[in-house]
Amino acid sequence: MMSDTNYLTTDFTLRSWFLTTDHKRIAILYFASLIVFFFIGGAAATLIRIELATPQADLVSSDVYNRLFTMHGIIMVWFFLIPSIPNTLGNFIVPLMIGARDLAFPRLNLMSWYIFMLGGCTTLFAIFAGGVDTGWTFYTPFSTLYSNSYVIVAAAGVFIAGFSSILTGLNFIVTIHRLRAPGLTWYRLPLFLWSLYATSVILVLATPVLAITLLLMATERFFGVGIFDPRIGGDPLLFQHLFWFYSHPAVYIMILPGMGVINELISCFSRKQVFGYKFVAWCSLAIAAVGFLVWGHHMFVSGQSLVASLVFSFMSFIVAVPSAIKVFNWTATLHKGSIHFDAPMLYALGFIGLFTVGGLTGLFLACLAYDVHATDTYFVVAHFHYIMVGGMVTAYFGGLHYWWPKITGRLYSEYWARTAAVLIFFGFNLTFFPQFILGAEGMPRRYHVYPPEFQVWNVLSSGGATILAVAYLMPLFYLGYSAFFGKRAPANPWDAPGLEWQTSSPPPEHNFTTQPVVTRDPYQYNEAFQAEPQNA
Amino acid sequence: MPDSSAVAPQYASIPHRDHTAELGMWVFIATEVLLFGGLILAYFVYRHAFPQGFAEGSRHTEIVIGTANTAVLLTSSFLVAWAIEIFSPATIRIVTWLLIGAACLGLLFIVLKGIEYSKEYDEHLVPGIDFLFAGPLANGVQLFFIFYFIATAIHALHMLIGICLLITLATLCRKAPTTRHHAALHSAALYWHFVDVAWIFLFALIYLPGRSAS
Repeated sequence: MMSDTNYLTTDFTLRSWFLTTDHKRIAILYFASLIVFFFIGGAAATLIRIELATPQADLVSSDVYNRLFTMHGIIMVWFFLIPSIPNTLGNFIVPLMIGARDLAFPRLNLMSWYIFMLGGCTTLFAIFAGGVDTGWTFYTPFSTLYSNSYVIVAAAGVFIAGFSSILTGLNFIVTIHRLRAPGLTWYRLPLFLWSLYATSVILVLATPVLAITLLLMATERFFGVGIFDPRIGGDPLLFQHLFWFYSHPAVYIMILPGMGVINELISCFSRKQVFGYKFVAWCSLAIAAVGFLVWGHHMFVSGQSLVASLVFSFMSFIVAVPSAIKVFNWTATLHKGSIHFDAPMLYALGFIGLFTVGGLTGLFLACLAYDVHATDTYFVVAHFHYIMVGGMVTAYFGGLHYWWPKITGRLYSEYWARTAAVLIFFGFNLTFFPQFILGAEGMPRRYHVYPPEFQVWNVLSSGGATILAVAYLMPLFYLGYSAFFGKRAPANPWDAPGLEWQTSSPPPEHNFTTQPVVTRDPYQYNEAFQAEPQNA
Repeated sequence: MPDSSAVAPQYASIPHRDHTAELGMWVFIATEVLLFGGLILAYFVYRHAFPQGFAEGSRHTEIVIGTANTAVLLTSSFLVAWAIEIFSPATIRIVTWLLIGAACLGLLFIVLKGIEYSKEYDEHLVPGIDFLFAGPLANGVQLFFIFYFIATAIHALHMLIGICLLITLATLCRKAPTTRHHAALHSAALYWHFVDVAWIFLFALIYLPGRSAS
């Protein structure tokens, strides 16, 4: 029997939202906050692309431009991408997927949102009080000695938000270890959970290193002591080592959850098991583990020893292997599948293409010789946007559409959803593919003026960014409309076997009325499943 | 979240709940290891670059206070371990006093640390505030003291959090010694022991270099 109230209708007071310990409501709090951060970061990107439409400086000065790309980077990395899938979709879906009533530490989960908002507001204050011009990497000695901007405040915001990441990672690790439903063994876990588990390990082990690094940097700046200042014996490269020891694994925080979502989508919309389940599962952990050993590829031209560069180059090739295995397994899953081109599937297919381009160009950058040419050019910019935007943001939208009926209990307009998915794919490629060419021809990143011969590619890129901006705004309207006026969604609109579909849409506050018991592997999209009655 | 007996509970049993809480503390300690790990890594990089400066800086630390503090902290950890070992409704008075004793030793540690800081201030060894050290080893000594102050300040912050935890648990246990408090005490004790272990590492890195050679 379905109860007549769900988690959205149990209580309507503000207090019931801001003091909730329900993982589903906390997911909604995160979701609302991330939309705001996404459009603030996006506004900065818009100004950057408008400025770059012409070779001269016509919109902003170089100083303002520095602050724009720093703001874009800081907001998008720490206040959108890192929390995006884990803290919204993960928060909502993980307990449902494993048949639990909530995450292991519900109050910690709420605290993590408050910490996140405190960090976010601190960073926004730094940005609107006058901005930061160091780039999102806070490289010393510029950040400690020369920059005349709100470095310490911005770093404090990132530092605080880090604790929110750690608490979320901790919560997921403990939840996945301890709260799986009876019968839900590790190899029966949906692959989304394996990838979130790997992500959480990185969150817990890498984020504290960023915390201590930012603390050292802020101490140097505040007290004027030379921790990274070569004039009194400090080593600026040490900052880069420590920073990238966090920030390279953080790149995997920004892609592993996306890969996890793609498993669910590909499997559902080709009505097949994921090909090579165990390989995909262990590849997530392999990426997390090897990802800790490749940070030096950000420093090939920094003057680190050639031996170090060779080792980091080799390891960077190694870390591409598990990612490649995943891509092959997704395509193998499609093979002879019964493919449905619903909106989430369009995002998933887009993801595979864009991630593959981003991954392959990563191999260019892992080559020592080519990297010397491409360092700090638009080639790098295009590469990591293909991973983070083409990959992660696309997966985020795909997952959002896939679970939207579960989250809101409403169906969105399939027509508009497909249109947005296609527009995002083409807008994205038009924005960022020209940047590969610009980078290969030598246009450096972080300049607001450039030689006129680069203009044609920059105009194409800015034109693509316009399409992309419109496409990213579209879901705000049709999803927003569907949340209030959309058709009621059934419990299991995709006929999917996952536990999250076995409860009503939207789920009741306690998720499941009886403790679910799992008796089979995930992704059983076969007749046996179809015959089973729906527990709606 | 309102509890309702009609729905599946969050935990299958009380041990299930308690072990889950304990695992949370272990994962948190993993985070802490990496926090101190990053700092200690930076220390080693500079110690490798300035071996004599670090040895010289170490010789200016107060090894008597440092050693006394190590003894204080180990004793405090012992009291906490003892409290866990004998925890039961019958022994709750002793448990409470053991926890308060452990918290007091923690406070003693902080006080001794404060005395140590003031001595270093008098000797002009505080980089960024008052640092005077002439000679060829000045850079190394300054870097040593930067790490000394950052590491011990972060450690002292952990101590303060731990002291608050111990006092809170002593109060809660006195009110009602349930198994839930036993589990919470277990997690708090893990944290307290971690702070202790971190100090043992810091002790070796701060007070010992440069002493054996002289």
